[in-house]
Amino acid sequence: MTLTLNSLTKTYGAQVVLREVSLAVAAGERVALLGHNGAGKSTLMKIILGLIPFDKGTLQVMGSAAGSAAARRHVAYLPENAAFHPALTGVEQMHHYLALRGEKASLAMGLLDRVGLASAANRRIGTYSKGMRQRVGLAQTLIGAPKLLVLDEPTSGLDPVSRRDFYKLLDGLAADGAAILLSSHALTEVEARTDRIVILSGGVLVAQGTLSSLRHSADLPVTLHITPHLGAEVAVALALPEARSVAGILTLNCAQGDKLRLLARVCDLGAKVADIDVQPPSLEDIYSHFSKRAGQ
Amino acid sequence: MTRILATADVEFRIALRNRWVAIAVALMALFSLVLSAAGSSATGTIGADRLSVVVASLTSLAVYLVPLVALLMSFDAIAGEVERGTLPLLLTYPVSRVEVLFGKLLAHLAILTLAVAVDYGIAAAAAFWGDSAAGAGLGALWRLMWSSVLLGATFLGVGYAASALARRPSGAAGLAIGLWLGLIVLYDLGLLSAIVADKGGVFTTKVFPLALLANPADAFRLFNLAASQATSAAAGVSGAATAVPIWASLTSIVFWPFAALGLATAAFRRVTP
Repeated sequence: MTLTLNSLTKTYGAQVVLREVSLAVAAGERVALLGHNGAGKSTLMKIILGLIPFDKGTLQVMGSAAGSAAARRHVAYLPENAAFHPALTGVEQMHHYLALRGEKASLAMGLLDRVGLASAANRRIGTYSKGMRQRVGLAQTLIGAPKLLVLDEPTSGLDPVSRRDFYKLLDGLAADGAAILLSSHALTEVEARTDRIVILSGGVLVAQGTLSSLRHSADLPVTLHITPHLGAEVAVALALPEARSVAGILTLNCAQGDKLRLLARVCDLGAKVADIDVQPPSLEDIYSHFSKRAGQ
Repeated sequence: MTRILATADVEFRIALRNRWVAIAVALMALFSLVLSAAGSSATGTIGADRLSVVVASLTSLAVYLVPLVALLMSFDAIAGEVERGTLPLLLTYPVSRVEVLFGKLLAHLAILTLAVAVDYGIAAAAAFWGDSAAGAGLGALWRLMWSSVLLGATFLGVGYAASALARRPSGAAGLAIGLWLGLIVLYDLGLLSAIVADKGGVFTTKVFPLALLANPADAFRLFNLAASQATSAAAGVSGAATAVPIWASLTSIVFWPFAALGLATAAFRRVTP
């Protein structure tokens, strides 16, 4: 395991920021960390990086203590809102980071090119847009083939095309064996791009697993929209008394397990039904289901 | 060492772009020119060579300016990184906090050394121009030069410590100015008034010399004035220069940079990004 957390607890005075969080990330695995603002995502990341201490539990990064020199050699970090000194140029900033990792300065241009910043490399970072600073942040995480990448809202400030390029970069890194832990608000974005989802709520890890396993365990109702044929509205409504009718379309909620039985009933109506639309619970629904449950 | 040099390199570039190098050199050079012009009239009555007299004046000037320039350069060092939000990322790199601090120190000390060298160079050139016997004061000038760098290192360390303790540039700036005022101006005033009140008692003979040695700026002044031939050109607190052995003031000016940097390291270690 590249990263292992066991019953990790962090308190600020009387306030518990993280409670008994256990998590493991293997080499090559992409894990998305989801949670509201203040759920403890950034705190958890900073603890993993060794920037802030924790109170109880164990934490190992590549078999070393978090924040130790050995761990820091293998870990790359992209902070939320990556910031750099405005007086330096992109390439100078990269030279510094390369030197700190003991790498050659000549790699700087190649790295900036990989994130699409080659043309702005010799301009001062003070003149960069937010998205460009974010890309400098991304470029520095690529230095020296890190074993663990900790990315705090990496796609904030990036346009949709850059986001796709970014996830392509991540795929390459994961394929090379890097473990990736990233936080995000954009649920639909991490859906297809990560192997596992971890949901934090109020400092508690409330759920983790693949999206389909989370969907299964949440067991949220499925919504059916049924459009009757002209003239058959009354007959369909009578056959499905539990449905609500909005603008001539009948809407039904049913548990996952009852879905097929309900569909069979609708099919029995035959030609009276013009169209049927099955809507599974959205990622947002699943997410709020888990975060809400913890809040109670 | 690579990491320290790399940090020093970016810090030097930043200082260059922020005009700190230009400001430090220009400020010091301007004052030394004024001093050389003002000091040139007094030579005849003292009987020392002109360079030694200039060194005595430069000493009184350096006591104020070197700490000021050092504090101005250093107050932002850590608080600025905290405010910009660049510190967390930097500290996830395989670089220790001591290395970060020494990288900054190296760059700032290089700028200070440059400013001091230009400044004293101008003053020395002016002295040679007016007095062919000024060569006798070269030793004093050299001594002033390296002790100024040590004084600068002390106040850079003090500035880093203030920067780490305040954690905000505005707070750090206030703290730095307060320290400058306290250590450089008010400290001497306090000592002088205590001496006046004491009327030559135990304080004047026992406590006063120790109090001078305990302050890096006073120790710097004592060391340079005691070592130079132009003690008589100095006045006020500096009159005590003869009462304190030179090894004592030397020990103080060598000790303080280490103490200040130790303090800065300890304060920096307590900063949670």
